[in-house]
Amino acid sequence: MQQLTLIALVENKPGVLNRVASLFRRRNFNIESLNVGRTEKPDISRMTIVLENGNVDARKAEANLYKLVNVIDVQDVTNQPAVTRDLALIKVSATSEQRAEIANLASIFRARIVDVAPDSVIVEITGTEDKIEGLIELLSPMGILEMVRTGQVAMMRGTATGIRYAPRGNGHQSGDNSHG
Amino acid sequence: MAKKTGAEILWECMIREGVEVVFGLPGGAIMPVYDAMLYYPVHHVLVRHEQGAAHMADGYARASGKVGVAMSTSGPGATNLVTGIATAMMDSSPIVCITGQVHSHLIGGDAFQETDVTGITLPITKHNFLVTRADEVADVVRQAFYIARSGRPGPVLIDICKDAQVDEVEFIYPEKISLPGYHPPKNAPLDDLKQAAELIDQAESPVILAGHGVMMSGATEILRTFATKTQTPVAMTLLGLGAFPASDPLSLGMMGMHGEAYCNLAIQNADLLLAFGMRFDDRVTANLRTYAPRARKIHIEIDPSEVHKNVEVDIPLVGDLKTVLTDLVPMVDEHDHEAWRAEIEAWRRESQARDILYWADDGKLYTAHVIRNIWEATGGDAILTTGVGQHQMWSAQYYCMEKPNRLITSGGAGTMGFGLPATIGAWFAQPEKEIWLVDGDGSFQMTQAELSTAVQEGANIKIAIMNNRFLGMVRQWQEFFFDSRYSGTPLNGPNFVKIAEAHGIPGKQVSTPGDVLPAIEFARQTEGPVVLEFQVEKEEAVYPMVPTGADLDKMIRRPVREQPQAAD
Repeated sequence: MQQLTLIALVENKPGVLNRVASLFRRRNFNIESLNVGRTEKPDISRMTIVLENGNVDARKAEANLYKLVNVIDVQDVTNQPAVTRDLALIKVSATSEQRAEIANLASIFRARIVDVAPDSVIVEITGTEDKIEGLIELLSPMGILEMVRTGQVAMMRGTATGIRYAPRGNGHQSGDNSHG
Repeated sequence: MAKKTGAEILWECMIREGVEVVFGLPGGAIMPVYDAMLYYPVHHVLVRHEQGAAHMADGYARASGKVGVAMSTSGPGATNLVTGIATAMMDSSPIVCITGQVHSHLIGGDAFQETDVTGITLPITKHNFLVTRADEVADVVRQAFYIARSGRPGPVLIDICKDAQVDEVEFIYPEKISLPGYHPPKNAPLDDLKQAAELIDQAESPVILAGHGVMMSGATEILRTFATKTQTPVAMTLLGLGAFPASDPLSLGMMGMHGEAYCNLAIQNADLLLAFGMRFDDRVTANLRTYAPRARKIHIEIDPSEVHKNVEVDIPLVGDLKTVLTDLVPMVDEHDHEAWRAEIEAWRRESQARDILYWADDGKLYTAHVIRNIWEATGGDAILTTGVGQHQMWSAQYYCMEKPNRLITSGGAGTMGFGLPATIGAWFAQPEKEIWLVDGDGSFQMTQAELSTAVQEGANIKIAIMNNRFLGMVRQWQEFFFDSRYSGTPLNGPNFVKIAEAHGIPGKQVSTPGDVLPAIEFARQTEGPVVLEFQVEKEEAVYPMVPTGADLDKMIRRPVREQPQAAD
C-alpha cells in the first residue's frame, strides 16, 4: 500500500504526542508508524509519521497538523531524497545447528546477532522498510518468536527539505492585542 | 517586587485582556480564584448549571466580538462545560474556560472531583492548557486569549491546579507571546489572486457563499463592495446571515437544507462559486457528488485544513478574508450579469408563491408568522438568539437580517438549550440593544434553570417560546421519513407562563393570531425579562427541505395554497 512519510517538529511539552494521535484518530487517518524523539534542540521534539494513504493526502495531513498549536514545522518526505531507517529486533527460534544459517543471512543483510540463547537468537537489523521485510521473509520459516520495530525515522539528504504545502508566515505578531 | 498568588495573577492578566464579566459557578478546586476575584473590577454571573456558563460566554463573544469567559470547578463542574465548549468549537466562537483542578501532586490519583479535563476537551478545544505551577499562569493566560481570538477563533481551556492558584510567585506581565508553531495566515499569494480574478471575470453565473467568517474577519463592507461591483448574488449560511443585507436585491437569503429554493437553485446552476469564510458543511451542500456540478470554485478561508475538506476547489486563497477580499476587489472588472440575475428572479417569484407569509389568516397560529411579527415590531434590528430546531430555521427564514452579528444560534453543533444562556450572555455584551430569544418548547426546557440567572442579573431579554408540544424538527423528519410514527417526540410541557411567574417574570400565553402583536408590544414595553408562550400549530413543517443525502435542488416544497393575495 502507498504510504506517506511526514516529519513534524513539535514543541517538547507534555501531551503533544497525545494531541497528534488524537487528531489522527478524530480525522480517521490511519497511522502506520509514529516515532518521536529528541532533537539537537532541547525544546523541540521530532516525529516521523508514516500514514496509510487511504483517506488522507500529505497536504491534508499537514494542514491538520498545523491546527495543533504545538506543531512548529511539517515536511512531506514521501518519495523525496531522504534517508529512512527502521530498526527491528527479531527473536528467531534456532537450534545450535541453525545458528550458522541465521548468521549467514544476517551478514548478507548487514544485520547482527545480538543475543544467543540455547534455542533462540536475537537479530538486530537497521534499514529501509523493504530491507527489513526481506529479512523477515527469510527468517519466517525458522519460526519468529518475537519481533519489535521502532517505526521509520527519516531525514532529508543534504540541505534539501521536504515539501511544505502551506509556506509558513514570518512568525506571528508577538504582543498582538487585536480583537478577533 | 511584590509576590502574587496564581489566582491573583490570573485576574491581573484577564483584566489586561479586557475581561469585564465572567460566567461561572464555584466549587472546591476553584475557590482561591473566586476569593481573589473580589479584589478585581470584574462582574461575576452565577449560573445555575455550568453548561449555561459556557453558552453565556459564547453568546457574549458572538455579540461583542470579544473573548467570553466561563469558569467552573473541577470534575463535574468542568464536564458540565463540555457541551458548551463543543458548541463554541463548531461555530468558531472565541471563549476561554477556566477550570479548577485538584492539587498537582494529587493528579492521576483519582482524587475527589478529579477529572482529566484537558484530556476530555482536547478534541473540542482549539487548544488547552494544564497549569501545575503558579509561575506558568501569566504566560498561559496571555497565550490562551491570543489563541482564542486570532486566526480562526475558537474555545481555549485553562485547567489550573489548586496549588498553582494559591502559591505565591513574582508577577511579571509577559509582553510577548511565545508560540513558535502558531501563525494565523493573513494574505494570499498574488499569483493565486490573479488566477481568482481571471475566473471571476470569466464567470457568467457566479454566486457568493458567505459564511460566519465574513463577520468574524469584519469583511461585511468589503463583501458588499465586491458583490456590488461584480453584481454577484450572495447566498448565506445559517451563521452567515447578516453578512450581507437581506433587503439588497443581490441577497439570496439562506442556502442549504432549509434554504430558499431559489437560493439552492442558483447554487446548483452557478458556473462559479465564491466561498467566503464558510466550510461546505453537509447541511449546506446536501449530496456532495451532485453539488454545484458546473461550478468552478474559489475558496477564501483562514483555516487551511478546511480547504478541499468536503469540496475540491479550483483556487484556494488561504488568509484573512477581509485582507484577501480587499486585495481582490481592485483586480476584478465590473460586471452586470443581467441574464443570470433575471433567471434567479424568476425562481424567486416562484418561491414566493409558496411562502407561508402570504397565507390568509385561517385563525391558526404559525411560528413563521409570529417570528415575522417580531421582526416587524423590532424593525429587524434586534439581536435574535435561538435554540435548535424548527423555530431556529423559521427564525433564519423570517427574521431577515440587515446587519452583522445579530443572529446568535448554534449552527455546527446544533445544541438544543443554547438559546436562553446565549441570550443572557449577549445581553451582557449589548445591554442597550433589544434582544429576543425565539425558542422551542423542547429546546427551552433544556436550560430553563437559567431563568433565575436572568432574574438575578435583571437581564432585559424577551423570550418567545414557540410551543408546539413536540420536539418539532424530529417530528417533521418522522412525518416525512418514518411514516409519521412519532416516537419519543410528543412533549407534555409545563405552563411556561406559570414557570415565568414562579421566577417573578411577567408572561403571556398567546393562542390566536390577533393576540400576537399586543403580546409582543407588552414584552417590548416591560423592562427586564418577559416570557411569551405562543401555542402554535403542532404539526407544521419547515419548507423547503432537502432530505439528507438528496441533491441540493431536490427539495420538498411547501404545497401551493390557492388564494387571491399570493404575491406574484
